Amino acid sequence: MTTHEASFVRASMVEASPAPVLESGIVSWLRKNLFATPKDTALTIISLLVLAWLVPPAIQWLFLDAAWTGGGRGVCATVEQGGSQPEGWSGACWAFVNAKFGQFLFGRYPIDERWRPALVGILFVLLLVPMLMPKVPYKAFNAVLLLVALPIVATILLPGGWFGLTYVETPLWGGLLVTLVLSFVGIAVSLPLGILLALGRRSDMPVIKMLCTVFIEIVRGIPLITVLFMASVMLPLFLPQGVTFDKFLRALIGVSLFASAYMAEVVRGGLQAIPKGQYEGADSLGLSYWQKMNLIILPQALKLVIPGIVNTFIGLFKDTSLVSIIGMFDLLGIVRLNFSDTNWASAVTPVSGLIFAGFVFWLFCFGMSRYSGFMERVLDRSQR
Amino acid sequence: MARRILTALVGAAVMGIGAHAASAATLDDVKAKGFIQCGVNTGLAGFSAPDASGNWTGFDVDYCKAVAAAVFGDASKVKYTPLSAKERFPALQSGEVDLLARNTTWSINRDTALGFNFRPVNYYDGQGFMVRKELNVKSALELSGAAVCVQTGTTTELNLADYFKSNNLQYNPVVFEKLEEVNAAYDAGRCDVYTTDQSGLYALRLTLSKPDDHMILPEIISKEPLAPAVRQGDDQWFDIVSWTHFALIQAEEFGITQANVEEMKKSTNPDVQRFLGVEADSKIGTDLGLTNEWAVNIIKAVGNYGEVFDRNIGTGSPLKIERGLNALWNKGGIQYAPPIR
Repeated sequence: MTTHEASFVRASMVEASPAPVLESGIVSWLRKNLFATPKDTALTIISLLVLAWLVPPAIQWLFLDAAWTGGGRGVCATVEQGGSQPEGWSGACWAFVNAKFGQFLFGRYPIDERWRPALVGILFVLLLVPMLMPKVPYKAFNAVLLLVALPIVATILLPGGWFGLTYVETPLWGGLLVTLVLSFVGIAVSLPLGILLALGRRSDMPVIKMLCTVFIEIVRGIPLITVLFMASVMLPLFLPQGVTFDKFLRALIGVSLFASAYMAEVVRGGLQAIPKGQYEGADSLGLSYWQKMNLIILPQALKLVIPGIVNTFIGLFKDTSLVSIIGMFDLLGIVRLNFSDTNWASAVTPVSGLIFAGFVFWLFCFGMSRYSGFMERVLDRSQR
Repeated sequence: MARRILTALVGAAVMGIGAHAASAATLDDVKAKGFIQCGVNTGLAGFSAPDASGNWTGFDVDYCKAVAAAVFGDASKVKYTPLSAKERFPALQSGEVDLLARNTTWSINRDTALGFNFRPVNYYDGQGFMVRKELNVKSALELSGAAVCVQTGTTTELNLADYFKSNNLQYNPVVFEKLEEVNAAYDAGRCDVYTTDQSGLYALRLTLSKPDDHMILPEIISKEPLAPAVRQGDDQWFDIVSWTHFALIQAEEFGITQANVEEMKKSTNPDVQRFLGVEADSKIGTDLGLTNEWAVNIIKAVGNYGEVFDRNIGTGSPLKIERGLNALWNKGGIQYAPPIR
């Protein structure tokens, strides 16, 4: 055998040359995503033009030209409108939001007593945040605190009348306080009640099945606004004079029952999606009805319908605004009520107030939506 | 249509139930519970609106306070129920409120069929028009073909239709559900004319981006006498509410103000002495079921009619509404109090 002397042997690997400029980094990303074809390029340019046309004026109006502080309509009105701003000025009136912020949070709750809803709010956040994080232990204890202890504390603190706390009637409540109490109670009641109604509707027992079906169909057949209006306007006419139910309580019950009926249908959708084999398998293991539901069916069914459940929650959160037609002022209601304060009436006050209210609603709804997406990924064991 | 059916239903329910609700003596009820439940608007500039700390203020709110001052000698003994236009009548009829001071127009239908008593008129309002100056219109009769911004479901909308029909004029109504939508649409130039009650036109001016480009036309096309209302069949309570208003008017006529009321008690004018209850063995208040100090208490709490007007809707407020018809009878208006003796 002859050994073949190679004229050149590479002793080490060649350094990888950098990717062509057009295929790497930001340039490549731009080429792939924004300028891949002439059509893409045209769309990109049009979008950029639209953004350039919309965004700078919006920033100008919302931040740069906005009136941030001040004690009355003067700071949000031009000289011609009876204010102090130069001719042609237009900008957001955050001074209005600033001055009314306490009212937007708590409504007409007496100022000296506002620490009470504030304390309940802080407790709520302190209990809710660990509840929402899957890694934090002691879930059962936390749930008891959040769903049993907190409502008791809130029932004592918010209306008062006990332990030397001044009584604050519900007509004085308002703003974000009302929005959050209504939605929290609505959510906390509607999920378990909705599950029970859904199970009832699929039950083999005819009476239970009929009652649940009738309840769901009746409640879903009436608009919420009608229920609230009937409860607030017609109900007192049929009661003896002087006997009144608390309006807030009526709204709470109405909203909760409403959300339950919708929730029941969402959950029923999940129950129907579970293959029959799962039910039969549970039966063959000798599990009782509740064991079967708790251990086998509901964990799978609920996971399937998380988007639907969160959808109902978000709808419920926004529906709470409807209570303004019965003279209760939720966040949107109290913002709109304050438009009638002549000390703040100006051309930009209503827009600023509505943008603020919209932003707060969006924050909460977006938060719920992102969290549900996160939970779907956490729970989605089978698809990994 | 749905609105009308709803109104008719509510009306029918109100009438059917009216008989049982109207019998109790409201003054005794009010004294027993220790406060007056007063129905006010859910937010109307100058009439009932929240102040910086969320307390109700305004022209109508001051009437609630005045009645509370007359009954209890303490203007803070009022609780307010904000009521929408639809809720107001059932709320009064069912006894949910003792007094309705909610810029409500007194009409024969409401006085009779709905079973209320209205009196006295505390604010004479009327529907007017606001137009852009550039249209060069001097009278509502020149508005043929105009686009008119109006809030739907109000008597304003009906009055507008009647007025244009009776004058054989064409118009395009541009209707909105919410007041701020109507305001924004008019300000943005979506219509040439804006119509609502005159007090509302003054409130609108505050929210226009160029208020000097607009003018209010001289025509008033409807009578809107706004009056507090109580349930029919309780004359004592009705008297108290009526004479509270007359006391406010009379105080202005005598020149008695919140500041000088104690001073005026020493007046030698027998009319003033009688009015303020300092006359010997006076029965000026006890006959009403109140104390003789009732008028003094009202004036101490809210001032006289002129002060209430100026502070909330007149020259002392951003609205700057002229007194007009609401001036005293001897100053060119029609506000007049029967003799208090």
